[in-house]
Amino acid sequence: MSLLVDLEKDFGSFSLKVSFETEGGTLGLLGASGCGKSMTLKCIAGIVTPDRGRIVLDGRTLFDHEKHIDLPPQQRGVGYLFQNYALFPTMTVEQNILSGMDRKLSKSVRRQRLEELLARFFLTGLERRRPAQLSGGQQQRVALARILASQPKALLLDEPFSALDSYLKWQVELELMEVLDQFEGPTLFVTHNRDEVYHFCSHVCVLEGGRSQPMEPVETLFRAPATLSSCLLSGCKNVSRARRAGDTSVEALDWGVTLECTGPIPADLSHIGVRAHLFRPAPQAEENAIPCRVLRVIDNVFTMVVMLATPGGATGFSRLRLELEKEAWAALGNPDTLFLHAQPQDILLLRDPH
Amino acid sequence: MDWYPLYNSLRIAAISTVLIFFLGLFAAYYVAKLPRLVKGVLDVVLTLPLVLPPTVVGYFLLRILGPKRVVGLWFLNTFDIKLTMVWYSAVFASAVVAFPLMYRTARGAFESFDPNLAYAAQTLGRSNTWIFWRVRLPACKQGIIAGAVLSFARALGEYGATSMIAGYTPGRTATISTTVYQLWRTGDDAAAYRWVLVNIAISAAVLLTVNLLERKDRTARKQMAVPFEEVV
Repeated sequence: MSLLVDLEKDFGSFSLKVSFETEGGTLGLLGASGCGKSMTLKCIAGIVTPDRGRIVLDGRTLFDHEKHIDLPPQQRGVGYLFQNYALFPTMTVEQNILSGMDRKLSKSVRRQRLEELLARFFLTGLERRRPAQLSGGQQQRVALARILASQPKALLLDEPFSALDSYLKWQVELELMEVLDQFEGPTLFVTHNRDEVYHFCSHVCVLEGGRSQPMEPVETLFRAPATLSSCLLSGCKNVSRARRAGDTSVEALDWGVTLECTGPIPADLSHIGVRAHLFRPAPQAEENAIPCRVLRVIDNVFTMVVMLATPGGATGFSRLRLELEKEAWAALGNPDTLFLHAQPQDILLLRDPH
Repeated sequence: MDWYPLYNSLRIAAISTVLIFFLGLFAAYYVAKLPRLVKGVLDVVLTLPLVLPPTVVGYFLLRILGPKRVVGLWFLNTFDIKLTMVWYSAVFASAVVAFPLMYRTARGAFESFDPNLAYAAQTLGRSNTWIFWRVRLPACKQGIIAGAVLSFARALGEYGATSMIAGYTPGRTATISTTVYQLWRTGDDAAAYRWVLVNIAISAAVLLTVNLLERKDRTARKQMAVPFEEVV
């Protein structure tokens, strides 16, 4: 059970260059919108033909530019869950699911498979409904049932929750997790949401501007992201341009301070980052602190959000955002200045290959 | 009253609608896939009959199908068939004039079709033919029916090109529209008036049918009941 993807495609103003290899399990493709995530899936499914490269699923070559192999989507055995689910609007739930089944199967076998899928996806009783008469969650279940009816060797999920209301989402997430647990082939999970990657994926490949970064375990992305874009995508908003100041110290240019970190410092260091919850605010300066001026305090429902200006200035990356429990903020005594302390091991050393 | 013009008009309109239906549908489908420049040129050519005076269309048809012209002569020599001044000559005229209505409405419907539906069907292993008949066509049904009915109505009302290529022979090539003109010209105002009323009645009935069909289609879609056997 493996999927190898190595492809290039030029669109004039935008070019795609993606490569990764996964051995089963769920691989997240994480990137901002417009970074080429959906286009990558379309290339794998055979909807779009890459200019160069190859795609191999379980030892079966789906696409190879040099060998002039380009299987049509019908022969690739790849299930594709579209963002809007792409259910056939004029067909019923039953017809939609049946449309995924191999027509060489006998009618009774198809009928039986249909009943199984209807039961498994809690669609019994909805057989005669049209997609427009279903809720978002039900539509996704029909789309998944239809894909599994076609017995795919790999699954491609394109932002599976983007069409859902947020209050529906957790329920649908649980359902999808069960489906993926039982699915044996490799799954690609495209999203821009770090939580979804954390919930669903064992490995992740960050895409930025059409370029894929090396695949990494999900823990690595959150514990020690290697690049600026993975750091931002993993949800860390406190970053600063930085340069090496010593063997174990870096100068944070946007923050206007020099901080101790644990080495070794990469030669092409470009930024550093610190997760918001790892900053320890204190009224007095101790070691490894950023002296900050309080710009604004925003009263949230359960927390206080404090906007801080660092010695580096008061714009862009120089600003820091601190979120605190209301009690913790009260305990600090509404100060005008605040020192943010970071442990050396909590400073993320980042590169920016672009 | 001699009902031949009614019968003749209806069969001409019906035959040309069937022709236009398939030609327009496939033209719309394939033109939509062409590169932009070719598409632009073809689009102009295929839509031209809509804006040209029917007499111009009639002139071109005579130049091609006339007994001394290339196609007309060949048909006359090979099959001993005359292409002009017979009842079915009017089919050529009304088909050419009404074609752009079918083509353009079908193309509009195809353009608003969500391409992900076709991609999804492809990844599910379905052939492009299946996708065309089972997904694309049903999803574009409204536009396609509208196009066919408009074409039928236009074919029924064809006068200019028809009178040039089929002429007016009572009991042979007479249609409602040519009859109305002939009766008015010969001063038989009462008879002309009767045919005018017949024409209005048919056209109104056609349009009413469409509206009813569309409404039925909408309610049927809400209730739904297609047995398993019909699915596959």
